[in-house]
Amino acid sequence: MAVKDYIRERFFPHIWCAGCGHGIVLNSMIRSIETLGMSKNEIVMVSGIGCSSRICGYVDFHTLHTIHGRALAFATGVKMSKPELNVIVPMGDGDALSIGGNHFIHAARRNIDITAIIMNNRIYGMTGGQYSPLSGAGTLATTAPYHNIDPDFDVVKMAMAAGATFVARTTTYHAKETTDMIRQAILHEGFSVVEVMSQCPTYFGRKNRLGSAVDMMKQMKSITAPIGSKAARENPEIIERGIFCQEEKPEYCSEYDKVIERATQGQGV
Amino acid sequence: MNQNIKFIQGNEACAEGAIYAGLDFFAGYPITPSTEIAEHLAARLPQKAGKFIQMEDEIASMCAIIGASLTGHKVLTATSGPGFSLMQEALGYAVMAEIPCVIVNVQRGGPSTGIPTHVSQGDVNQARWGTHGDHAIVTLTASNHQDVFATTVEAFNIAETYRTPVILLFDEVVGHMREKLVIPEPGEIATVERLRTSVAEGVDYHPYLPREDGRLPMSDFGHVHRYNVTGLYHDMWGFPSDNPDVVHGLIRHLVDKIENNVNEIALYKELYLDDADYILISYGSSARSARHVIETLRPRGERIGLLELQTLWPFPADIVREKCRNAKYIVVVEMNMGQIRQAVQMAVDDPDRVFLANRIDGVFITPRDIRKLLRVIVGKGV
Ligand SMILES: Cc1ncc(C[n+]2csc(CCOP(=O)(O)OP(=O)(O)O)c2C)c(N)n1
Ligand code: SF4
Repeated sequence: MAVKDYIRERFFPHIWCAGCGHGIVLNSMIRSIETLGMSKNEIVMVSGIGCSSRICGYVDFHTLHTIHGRALAFATGVKMSKPELNVIVPMGDGDALSIGGNHFIHAARRNIDITAIIMNNRIYGMTGGQYSPLSGAGTLATTAPYHNIDPDFDVVKMAMAAGATFVARTTTYHAKETTDMIRQAILHEGFSVVEVMSQCPTYFGRKNRLGSAVDMMKQMKSITAPIGSKAARENPEIIERGIFCQEEKPEYCSEYDKVIERATQGQGV
Repeated sequence: MNQNIKFIQGNEACAEGAIYAGLDFFAGYPITPSTEIAEHLAARLPQKAGKFIQMEDEIASMCAIIGASLTGHKVLTATSGPGFSLMQEALGYAVMAEIPCVIVNVQRGGPSTGIPTHVSQGDVNQARWGTHGDHAIVTLTASNHQDVFATTVEAFNIAETYRTPVILLFDEVVGHMREKLVIPEPGEIATVERLRTSVAEGVDYHPYLPREDGRLPMSDFGHVHRYNVTGLYHDMWGFPSDNPDVVHGLIRHLVDKIENNVNEIALYKELYLDDADYILISYGSSARSARHVIETLRPRGERIGLLELQTLWPFPADIVREKCRNAKYIVVVEMNMGQIRQAVQMAVDDPDRVFLANRIDGVFITPRDIRKLLRVIVGKGV
């Protein structure tokens, strides 16, 4: 199928600003699904609220555009009630890790077979440029006019500590890499997380004088390097890209099948 | 002994009613006094290949059942006051996106953590208006286990018929009390199954275009029709829209589909209303005491009757007005500061006839309490 067969053309043009990184993630996501040759009927995309979450409207899958921060909780209901579906959850950094942080931790802990894609632009785009838990100390935002004092955290470490069994990081500059990582994340059986560092030129870029969208993407190239690469080893400031963890652990829905087995055989009640 | 006769808690009667109605997915978070519903279903659901999950909180529980409803399942969550507060945003989503689901709130005393192990009926107006924005909602209740079972089945039926969340507003006394329940044979109480679209694959399916009778056939996630579900105002495809005609049309549809069927949705019971000078209006566990008062006073010649409401919202105003037309005194018996009293006053002609007999101290209202208050209200020793 051609890429455009996965799109709901009827609903274009999209709402994103020129240069926004979210469109690149959409593109990579569709390409990865296309290379996997998946049927559109077996994919459910669930999102919350934010510029990033609007992705749902534009793709021709079963799409569930929910409320701020709770996409993974809705997705858990979808997946557990019909485990044969492939569930993909694109989220903004605020959506996934501030208001939705608790759901993120517990979806990871359960290792339920859902693919979480965090589009990390380090800002609240939809509401106009307030700081997010990923903005980091020292940045500027409409709610941090004297520079932010809130420290950020490392999404990758958080996801791994919580129990995610596939964790990767990439950027919108590395679109092919993004496509490949999302592909692997979808194939992985268990909770998988792909952090895509993305750009919001309109708010994060403008507030922090980072230049155009292209400048921001080039910057993401220069501040990241593949895991264990020479650049990463030599410079502790470098943010590593790549697959940090990929392991087999009992998946939640499969484990629940065993509960059903025990219950129907009259054990344990 | 007949296997269908049980001596159980109201919470278990509710869980059994849900299973009878066809429940296959439950998500919840423990809270007194509703926890037994979750515990019972954790054991019962997997026995019939249904799914049970204890989520990380009540917000997640409400969200998970919505997700599971969209894959074509009958879904339930159960909670009490604080958890019900947490569910409000997602409950509004279910209203907006027209998701069939059932939410149990076994009431305890509030506000806040309140008085967890004691009875109250203080969440009546929260059930009506807890989520933000104009909307209609269905809320049912019951006073004994047989009715808890039947209204639970009815809640699922209404949820499917009108594509709406339905709230079951029980209370601590009904939830925890043990009494007899006879589980009906399959088919004895009708169950409504999901209405699915007959539109063929490849033909444009409009998930949010009501049929002539107002109903919207659904298509399960995973099936051949792919569409968008959102909490934003949306057009017939489920795609976000801020077109004033679309917005107006949708809010009218959401409210009218419930309010225009208020009499179909109204469940109630009555006792000696035909010639009653005094009418007690009550619901939930307090209706048990009200009924007791009437059964004691009738044989003594007091013209007293009972209207027990089982549907609280949409409020059956016409029915209440009609039943109360000739009464001298209308006394609402409830365990809050007059939440249904207010609705009754708005419904009847001459609202000065409406009085309140209540308790708000976490203690169950007894027949004796009611009679004491009646003496004050009516001004003589009834
Ligand atoms: C309960 C609730 N609180 C707040 C909001 C307002 N809100 C909408 S989107 C958003 C943040 C979006 O930021 P992010 O998730 O990082 O996504 P982005 O827009 O940057 O893609 C907020 C706070 C909301 N919709 N719901
Ligand atoms: S505000 Fe930022 S995140 Fe939102 S569409 Fe514009 S560039 Fe993208």
